[in-house]
Amino acid sequence: MEVGRLPISASHRAKLISAGYTTLSSLSSLSPSYLARELNITDSEALEILKVASLNSRLDRTDGGQAIVNGAQTAWDMLHEEQLLPRITTSCADLDNILGGGINCKEVTEIGGVPGIGKTQLGIQLAVNVQIPVDLGGMGGKAVYIDTEGSFMVERALQIAEASVLDMSEYNDLLHKENRACQMKLKPNDILESIYYFRICSYTEQMAVINYLDKFISEHKDVKLVIIDSVTFHFRQDFEDLALRTRLLGGMALKLMNLAKTYNLAVVIFNQVTTKYMDGSFQLALALGDSWSHSCTNRVILYWNGDERYAYIDKSPSLRSASAPFSVTTKGIRNSASNYKRIRMM
Amino acid sequence: MAEKLIKEMGLPKSMANVFAARNIPTAQEALALTEFELMQLLDVGMAEVSSALARISEIACPPYQTALSLMEQRMQKEDHAGHLPTGLKGLDEALCGGIPFGVLTELVGPAGIGKTQICMKLALLASLPTAYGGLNGHVIYIDVESKFSSKRMIEIGVQGFPDIFNMRGMAQEMAGRILVLRPTSLSKFTESLQQIKDSLLRQEVKLVVIDSMTAVISGSYGLSSDRLLSRDYGQGAPRQNLLAIGDALFCSSDIALSLFLSFYSRSLAEISRIPIVVTNQVRSQTRDEGCQYSFQVQSTEDPAGYDSHLVAALGINWAHSVTIRLVLEAKSGQRFIKLAKSPMSPPVAFPFKITAAGISLLNDYGRELKGAEINRIHSHGHGDVINFDGKGCGGDQWGRPA
Repeated sequence: MEVGRLPISASHRAKLISAGYTTLSSLSSLSPSYLARELNITDSEALEILKVASLNSRLDRTDGGQAIVNGAQTAWDMLHEEQLLPRITTSCADLDNILGGGINCKEVTEIGGVPGIGKTQLGIQLAVNVQIPVDLGGMGGKAVYIDTEGSFMVERALQIAEASVLDMSEYNDLLHKENRACQMKLKPNDILESIYYFRICSYTEQMAVINYLDKFISEHKDVKLVIIDSVTFHFRQDFEDLALRTRLLGGMALKLMNLAKTYNLAVVIFNQVTTKYMDGSFQLALALGDSWSHSCTNRVILYWNGDERYAYIDKSPSLRSASAPFSVTTKGIRNSASNYKRIRMM
Repeated sequence: MAEKLIKEMGLPKSMANVFAARNIPTAQEALALTEFELMQLLDVGMAEVSSALARISEIACPPYQTALSLMEQRMQKEDHAGHLPTGLKGLDEALCGGIPFGVLTELVGPAGIGKTQICMKLALLASLPTAYGGLNGHVIYIDVESKFSSKRMIEIGVQGFPDIFNMRGMAQEMAGRILVLRPTSLSKFTESLQQIKDSLLRQEVKLVVIDSMTAVISGSYGLSSDRLLSRDYGQGAPRQNLLAIGDALFCSSDIALSLFLSFYSRSLAEISRIPIVVTNQVRSQTRDEGCQYSFQVQSTEDPAGYDSHLVAALGINWAHSVTIRLVLEAKSGQRFIKLAKSPMSPPVAFPFKITAAGISLLNDYGRELKGAEINRIHSHGHGDVINFDGKGCGGDQWGRPA
């Protein structure tokens, strides 16, 4: 490995190279004070350079047969870990089914769809569902809701929370038929209190909040879900420099992926829809372009199929592509209406 | 917050100076660069850059609220818990109390269906005292199409709220609260937005109405909205022609829309939470328009179905940006108001009529809608809907006789 690839400042790199240290091995046997004299820098700076260099040379060394590489994991261990991971239910059994049980932790899931299909509704539902207590099969976590469009409605969140509490206490009664003492402790207001809401008004703030999440979540360890509704809005409005947009979006996706892995949480981002000219006709496609489509682990598209709402797995490394109906009711996201009599308004 | 200066963020002095020296004065510039670019540019190490970025992000990021505190704040501080009641019982119930503050509400519908009537009614409502269900504030009415009629508005007031409007001087006071702007070009429109921003800061304005957004955008391109969107192009004109118009509309609209939307998102979220109501026209759906994803099987929809269906004039990007979309349509001699997009209610339709007192629902029990019906806009039959009750409303603005 070359010195040019070390994460050190440009002037230090230039000094190293001009003093003749071009490879990592040439740095390996040096003492900090010697290097400091050589490059005419302070001792602490020299120490820093050597630390970075030794870390990188260790990562670089892949010889030695079964060398234990820093940070790696065997596929077998990963399998075990994946089986233990809880999932966040969508409250729609068919949808959970095609998602393999719900929204997965440690993954970034992108959900897109036409206006009015129910993206925000699904977001609110997930923010409520992540709080289902562990003894009822949930995660008992909290949610961060990043709202770029201003479409988060507390009234609606309260409705969904109330319906969810009702469902939970019903389920609880079933579980503990003989043991009546086991009462539901969760109240709708508690659910609302565990949703941390950020209102974002520009793409700079969006970048900032994603950088800041790292610190925020390390202070609020019980956050198990991050929702961005929608990732698209600001990036669609005030952008002329598309190269900058691609770069920023790429960086953002990477940070979200890291966040999901480090804190073992689920990230759900919503995307808008645009029309695209393909094969001689205009078709619907998710916004933000082709390079963005690479950045999420899973991609789900919500669409109208006749009179019903459907979800389609467009991309996933582990799930097969399938579609399932769902519906949006007064109580929130539920199984498709055709399965039971539709609840009429009022 | 994005404009906040880096030197005021409490970074170590040396770091702040480096940012200033490299001409990165605000968070906006700093966050547009990657860590490596910053290391190159500022000539400092990885650790310093990361900690500086973390600090800048923390300051530039707006503070969080829990959903509970958000709700309590709205219940306590805002009139009618953050809603402007429309006075239409069924619709208010579906919207949890009325048109919500802080979001964009859109009215879509064919010409003459009653969009302007609803806008005038809402303007009037917002100016009424709180005890009468209003917001007791000023209203800014951007009348792009010159359709606002103060005579009609006073009539709605006198018929709908006789107690207030028959009081001496009250009609004058209520009407005096509604400021009508008539921008003639896009630059004038932008100017108006700036003015609104200033008056929002003074906390007087409680409602902004823009009638119509389509006219702002098509007007900016130098074509009259009628010509550009007229249905005459629908059948006769060659397809290329139609596409070219679509493209032109798309390009110019993109600029104007992003301008408006960034204004909207900033002023609403940062300055004051008020409802914003805009209207949108309709155009006929072109055959080429995508309405399916590539993975969907091409449905063989009845081609005859196309010419009777209209779509909202502004495209899908705009549709994503509005939070609530109300579609006004006429179907077999009856007018309907449809709640086509809303984060708090399933799509429902209410029959309505235009009366001397504005607009009223025929019943308060909405019919739930499904599938494609939600966004379809019917206009057949509304030409011969006559909703006169004969009490002095002879004009053709709100109940056009055939």
